[in-house]
Amino acid sequence: MEYFFQQVINGLTLGAIYGLIALGYTMVYGIIGMINFAHGEIYMLGAFISLVAFLVFSSISGGSVALALLAALLVTMVFTALWGWVVERMAYRPLRGAPRLAPLISAIGVSILLQNFVQIAQGARVKPLPPVIQGGVTLDLGAAFSLSISWLQIVIFVLTLTLMAGFTWMIARTSLGRAQRATEQDMKMAALLGVNVDRVVSATFVIGAALAGVAGMMVTLYYGVIDFYIGFLAGIKAFTAAVLGGIGSLPGAMLGGLLIGLTESLWSAYFSIQYKDVATFAILVGVLLFRPSGLLGRPDVEKV
Amino acid sequence: MAAALSPPLIRSAALAAVVAALLALPLMGVRLVDSSSGLSLAGRPDLVAWAAGGVFCGRLLIDLFRRWIADFSIRLPLPPPPPDWTRFAVGWGLALFALVLPFLPFADRNLVDKATMVLIYIMLGWGLNIVVGLAGLLDLGFVAFYAVGAYSYALLSLTFGLSFWVCLPLAGLFAAVFGIALGFPVLRLRGDYLAIVTLGFGEIIRIVLQNWQDLTGGPIGISGIERPSLFGLSFKAVPPEGQTSFAEFFGLDYSADHRVIFLYFLILILALATNLFTLRIRRLPVGRAWEALREDEIACRSLGINPTTIKLSAFALGAMFAGFAGSFFATRQGFISPESFTFIESAMILAIVVLGGMGSQIGIVLAALLLVGLPEWFRDLQMYRMLAFGAAMVLIMLWKPSGLLSSRAPTIRLGGRA
Repeated sequence: MEYFFQQVINGLTLGAIYGLIALGYTMVYGIIGMINFAHGEIYMLGAFISLVAFLVFSSISGGSVALALLAALLVTMVFTALWGWVVERMAYRPLRGAPRLAPLISAIGVSILLQNFVQIAQGARVKPLPPVIQGGVTLDLGAAFSLSISWLQIVIFVLTLTLMAGFTWMIARTSLGRAQRATEQDMKMAALLGVNVDRVVSATFVIGAALAGVAGMMVTLYYGVIDFYIGFLAGIKAFTAAVLGGIGSLPGAMLGGLLIGLTESLWSAYFSIQYKDVATFAILVGVLLFRPSGLLGRPDVEKV
Repeated sequence: MAAALSPPLIRSAALAAVVAALLALPLMGVRLVDSSSGLSLAGRPDLVAWAAGGVFCGRLLIDLFRRWIADFSIRLPLPPPPPDWTRFAVGWGLALFALVLPFLPFADRNLVDKATMVLIYIMLGWGLNIVVGLAGLLDLGFVAFYAVGAYSYALLSLTFGLSFWVCLPLAGLFAAVFGIALGFPVLRLRGDYLAIVTLGFGEIIRIVLQNWQDLTGGPIGISGIERPSLFGLSFKAVPPEGQTSFAEFFGLDYSADHRVIFLYFLILILALATNLFTLRIRRLPVGRAWEALREDEIACRSLGINPTTIKLSAFALGAMFAGFAGSFFATRQGFISPESFTFIESAMILAIVVLGGMGSQIGIVLAALLLVGLPEWFRDLQMYRMLAFGAAMVLIMLWKPSGLLSSRAPTIRLGGRA
């Protein structure tokens, strides 16, 4: 039982990270109906940028790890947001209104390009980072039943919750959020009513990329090793999370992320670790077959 | 053109350069280096400067070029579309050239080898074209069927000692069965969902190949796969007991080139058969139903076409040709491992089909030459090969979103042939 709950905690941590990436997929799909295949690579860039930024800041901050981490987090968000903006601007925006497969192919191209760019710029070997945040708390729950949660896991939960709350507030209350919702419902009508659609789409990519950057930083701290190839699998898993939760639905993305994280960690704990990715793909196929609108999504009716 | 270098142009180029410098700063400007005390950083500001400078000049040139083009295109009428016979002539010309290629004076073993590689991709492209180009189903896991073909040939030949010629149809059959088994549940899905699910299936097959050690040898793969023979004539220097070698039979001196050329012709014939099959089946009811389904699924349903069976047939046929190509690949390499069947291969084949213009058979040949043939000559620049490949995918999509030679016109029209 103890082992089970321990795995649940690990799974939820992983799930929070997937959920943050899935938000980017779900927002972009909601607004322009496109699978942003390169989103996983933005997460990978986030991991690398955060590693670089953390090393830079920890050398100038004079020993304060918390300060260095916070600075690295902000810098990572800014730079990944810039990457997200540039990718949308150069590779996707000219293709709006093109045949539907064109943006997807372009996105696959961007994904290959970014992977190889990082491989060339930073080398193919894995980059290790020694644990930065150590220790944790142990919860004693009665006799012979204790759970340990590391500080890092707590940081990841708190950060994810904060970002989610801020994000939900932004969508519900701000004028940008209103414009985003309008664009999602009907892009042409929103444009007619004076919403600057291009800017809204850009903002969506920028926000999604910043969230993916945070996820990248958290994974760097959590696993301690990164390489240029981590974006591919994480991207597919996050996409699965978005589909599972109902693509286009923001709470759905988070829920999907948590479920995927749980599945993965429980599967590795009780079945076989080699086939954990197969479990994720099986969920993806299963959801699409039996409930294509996902857990919290609206059914998608094709009109003539 | 004196006024061309106006301040707005310079400003936009400068802005692009600043953005490029910012993008490059954390990834190119600093390199993570392993040192004795963990990771350390090495600054490379020169690279950032190069990136910014390159983007500045590039942006300026592109803008100038655009203006220059804009001046022209107002005056020039659109060129007339090429007449029908040009396509015909180009097709036959290419086929004839491919037939005589190994005997041309400049064709050495290396060239024929590379041409064989290109032909494998042309065949895969033609196979995938049935699925993507004709039926309009986006398949990102096509390499799975290629892998099924390769492994089924390798396993059949090693376990039961069957020859290549017996295994070839079996491999195609297995791949087609796989196509049906995988396609049946997922073909109801919409285009981009289908893409991701097929991608998932492709990965599942690769993971299974990697981990099912007893059957597939795991990551080590299978080696010592039997080479094909020509009507019982072996291409080995010393033929096995009871067989004649090709060189002996024709009274030639033994040369390893014979096998290379034989393999080249083998894949050429397989590829041309794929092409012929596609060209003919497009005119049959099932082929026309594919094209109709690609254009409008709802209209097709209301006309009584069963989308699932029609899509399934496209999926299975595409998979079958991938299976043929896979068993050829296995017999040519003599060694296969899961390494050869990664997602990048699927992306490459899909890129060939899409760049070729989705449905155009000649377009696929051109795209395969461009994407597979060209980089083969730049093997030394291995590192930059995939970088350029990704960039080319994006650029060609931006330049021609519907492919190099797009042919969406229906194969057959009412009241006469198109």
